[in-house]
Amino acid sequence: MTAPANSSVEAAAGPIGLPRGLIPWIVAAGAFIVLWRFGGAYDWAFEYPSAAIIPAGRWIGDFMKWLVNEAHFGLFSFKDLTRFIAALIDLPYRCALSLLATGFLKGQGSGAVQILPPLSWVAVTATIGLIGFHAGGRRLATLVVLCFGFLAAFGQWQSAMATLASILVAVPIGVIGGLLLGIAAYRWHWFERALTPVLDLMQTIPVFAYLVPILFLFGFGPTAAVVATVIYAMPPMTRIATLALRAVPSDTLDLGRMIGCTRRQMTWRVLVPSAKDSLMVGVNQVIMLSLNMVIIASMIGAGGLGFDVLAALRRLDIGAGLEAGLAIVALAIALDRLSQASAARAGTMTPPAVSTSLPARHPYIVAALVMIVLAGVAGLAMPALQTYPPALQLSTGSFWSNVVGWINVNYFDTLEAAKNAVLLNILVPLKRLLLGLPWAGVTALLAFAGYRLGGLRLAMLTGALAFLIAATGQWEKAMITVYLCGISVVLACLIGVPIGIAAAQRDRLWNWVQVIIDTLQTLPSFVYLMPAVMLFRVGDFTAMIAVVAYAISPAIRYTVHGLRKVDPRLIEAGTAMGCTQWQLLTRIKIKLALPEIMLGLNQTIMFALSMLVITALVGTRDLGQEVYIALTKADTGRGLVAGLAVAFIAIIADRLISAGAARTKARLGLE
Amino acid sequence: MNDSQPKLVCRNVWKLFGSGARDFLRAREPASVTGDDLVKAGLVGAVRNVNLEVRDGEIFVIMGLSGSGKSTLVRCLSRLVEPTSGEILFNGENLLAADEARMIEIRRHQMGMVFQQFALLPHLTVLANVAFPLEVQGVKRQKREQLARRMVELVGLSGKEGVFPRELSGGQQQRVGIARSLAVEPELWFLDEPFSALDPLIRREMQDEFIRLQSVLNKTIVFITHDFDEAIRLADRIAIMKDGAVVQIGTPEDIVLAPATDYVAEFTRNVPKAKVIKAQSIMKPVQGAQPKTSVPARATVSEAVALFDGSNECVGVIDEAGNMLGQLLRTDVVDVLMRG
Repeated sequence: MTAPANSSVEAAAGPIGLPRGLIPWIVAAGAFIVLWRFGGAYDWAFEYPSAAIIPAGRWIGDFMKWLVNEAHFGLFSFKDLTRFIAALIDLPYRCALSLLATGFLKGQGSGAVQILPPLSWVAVTATIGLIGFHAGGRRLATLVVLCFGFLAAFGQWQSAMATLASILVAVPIGVIGGLLLGIAAYRWHWFERALTPVLDLMQTIPVFAYLVPILFLFGFGPTAAVVATVIYAMPPMTRIATLALRAVPSDTLDLGRMIGCTRRQMTWRVLVPSAKDSLMVGVNQVIMLSLNMVIIASMIGAGGLGFDVLAALRRLDIGAGLEAGLAIVALAIALDRLSQASAARAGTMTPPAVSTSLPARHPYIVAALVMIVLAGVAGLAMPALQTYPPALQLSTGSFWSNVVGWINVNYFDTLEAAKNAVLLNILVPLKRLLLGLPWAGVTALLAFAGYRLGGLRLAMLTGALAFLIAATGQWEKAMITVYLCGISVVLACLIGVPIGIAAAQRDRLWNWVQVIIDTLQTLPSFVYLMPAVMLFRVGDFTAMIAVVAYAISPAIRYTVHGLRKVDPRLIEAGTAMGCTQWQLLTRIKIKLALPEIMLGLNQTIMFALSMLVITALVGTRDLGQEVYIALTKADTGRGLVAGLAVAFIAIIADRLISAGAARTKARLGLE
Repeated sequence: MNDSQPKLVCRNVWKLFGSGARDFLRAREPASVTGDDLVKAGLVGAVRNVNLEVRDGEIFVIMGLSGSGKSTLVRCLSRLVEPTSGEILFNGENLLAADEARMIEIRRHQMGMVFQQFALLPHLTVLANVAFPLEVQGVKRQKREQLARRMVELVGLSGKEGVFPRELSGGQQQRVGIARSLAVEPELWFLDEPFSALDPLIRREMQDEFIRLQSVLNKTIVFITHDFDEAIRLADRIAIMKDGAVVQIGTPEDIVLAPATDYVAEFTRNVPKAKVIKAQSIMKPVQGAQPKTSVPARATVSEAVALFDGSNECVGVIDEAGNMLGQLLRTDVVDVLMRG
């Protein structure tokens, strides 16, 4: 409804003196406001007619039922297939779990007899220390031993080992699967074209949404959790693998063909080893994402630390939750640094030793085996070496509870006042505003923005996705998501961009900021919820605080990167012309860094959306909550439809901003 | 050398990029296709109607500036790039008719290639890199390492066998690349701008090394370069390329003394003639006393200059067996030097 008005006015509007590009926007916004304010007669534009709602949720639910109960591929049914996959995953998982946590058992349930104890905490810590030493020297060894020592000392050992076991199973599957998909996408163009939209969707759809179908197909338990983790962690590996293979120099490809490599030799002897450095980045990503999934996966039956956090969060036991959360952080830091150091080491390999004796060839493996056996034997004599003695366990749980109690006793009024002020003056009015907007107008406006920024195809995409959200009857919840996400992103940018600007100018500050945001990104997203819940209890405000804390790092990072990438010759030219520092910043640096900062905004939105879904646990009323409820009711259709709506919001924002950034870049002549 | 069999023959080879390239060529007489025709058809002519012969044991240099199609041409010769049309005869066998298995066979045993950016595999040691072509063929570990060790020694990198490529300088890396390409003892050796990524001083050193290697190995060589001086220094014969077509083929002397087009003359203008003209080209029959000193027939005039000290009026010219072929006279040498 904006298009005809816009074209008739545009021609006449030139002489007013406004920049020409702006006029269509003003016209479109004007038409939108007219509809919004005076379009009361058109009910259907505000409230999507319930008769026309597409029952996508029911269709999906029915399809799932058919899949589970009736689908058949001739020789085997779909159910057999999922059972087969489950068995395939279950076996290594049982082994890892027995080895690390439960010991090898004979018999079932409480009547089980332990025939072999699990690795003792001493043995595991020492082995990890050795790996750390091998990969990154003494400093890394100290760090990882401290991390694992923390797990033992704070009584998180059993849970942490259960978590570690599932990570140890999920990561190799994710890495190998991602690599194979990446290779396939590299080799066959059609496969890549089919895969890309799927990957896009996988990375934007909230995890909760596909927990339900997984629950359906694999049942409740660690196996389902591993499947969910792999699905979540694989897409980045696939992308990185394709990019890494593409980046192999053409000379190297020619070499492979010139010396007569067969196809298989070409892939495994030439391409993959040449791309190893970049592939290791993907491995690190898989590890970190798997850890990020730990808590969410515990909702469908992964035990371990995730379950502890979730349980603590549900009974609002801040101390216990925080400790289990910190244990995840310790695990995450140890695995992150270990994998990063291995990646760096892979680049500077030492030549294989020529000596023939086993200990000389593999000193680390032999040392680790010896240590494990020794620790095992010693553990039989001294139980304290086998299981960390409970008497020595520390707990800060009550301390944290006391701290929170104290803060709440003394500062309750202040905190409450701040919270209410923000709620009443900003959050609630904004929410009302957004909820009052006509869906038809918003959809048209989004299509218009798509058209102006990226042409007809983008317009069709944004318009269609927005329409689908309305047509599946989720407009209201989507608007609440947009409102929470929007306000959080604005806040994150208001805080993050100035920090980024300051950090970009000063190297030492940037070093510090970098350490902080790196650490923040290592934290599983649930951890952000806890302090917020402690101080502000449940509600939109709490959710907003958590989302801002989570989404601030990309805002900072991209701002700094953008500012630092500005061509130093331009800054020199500016200085030579006599610009003040302020002028340099505002007239040159920020202008040129704008595309990069926009990408940062894009990432901030993605982070915010993924966090927002998790904040459903603290009682928001948005799409995230819808997904979460669907999860608890095991309603596949409802969860997927709401999840897809979140993905649609993410895709609309992503495509519009990317198109805008590309246009800005072209205008600035940067590409 | 001129009478020996051609090792590699390239007949009417075309490589056009763009859709419908094959039909385009089929539809008309290829020799008459002009640049304008290509532009009209929306095609890019990377290699246009190239004819050349590489003789057994010679160093054949293909010289051209970037974008002249020389890299595409060399990739057509080894069929890394599929030519649009034409014939490539290697030992009389048409490579374009060979199937995939046969090509793998030929590349594994009869061809070697050195790359501009070295193309060393970062995860393998020097020794493993050199042994890699043999490993791909399935040669047993002990045998291939023994062969590789010999090649590493040949290029002067003994003691570096266990080192990884990134720990080596550019010149050393290219030595590894050369050793690797020689490991399968190829008959035909392609070098695609092997020294272009190196510093000028190292480049010079590597050229000397290359000349030394060729004096030992006597391979048939196709050498690509964009550096005219390098071409003159190394080549037995040079093909000069422009816009995908060969402009002139000849010995360095031919090209310097008689450039076929203005474009070629651009390159030759600043080349000192004394560095190109061979002693045998300006020698005169020996009359009277035998000269006291002598130079090989293939030496350049500038190499002979130093021998004309105060007392010498003439310097002998001898063939490889040491027979006196003729003599250089001071006046002739001065004449060449004065021509610049």
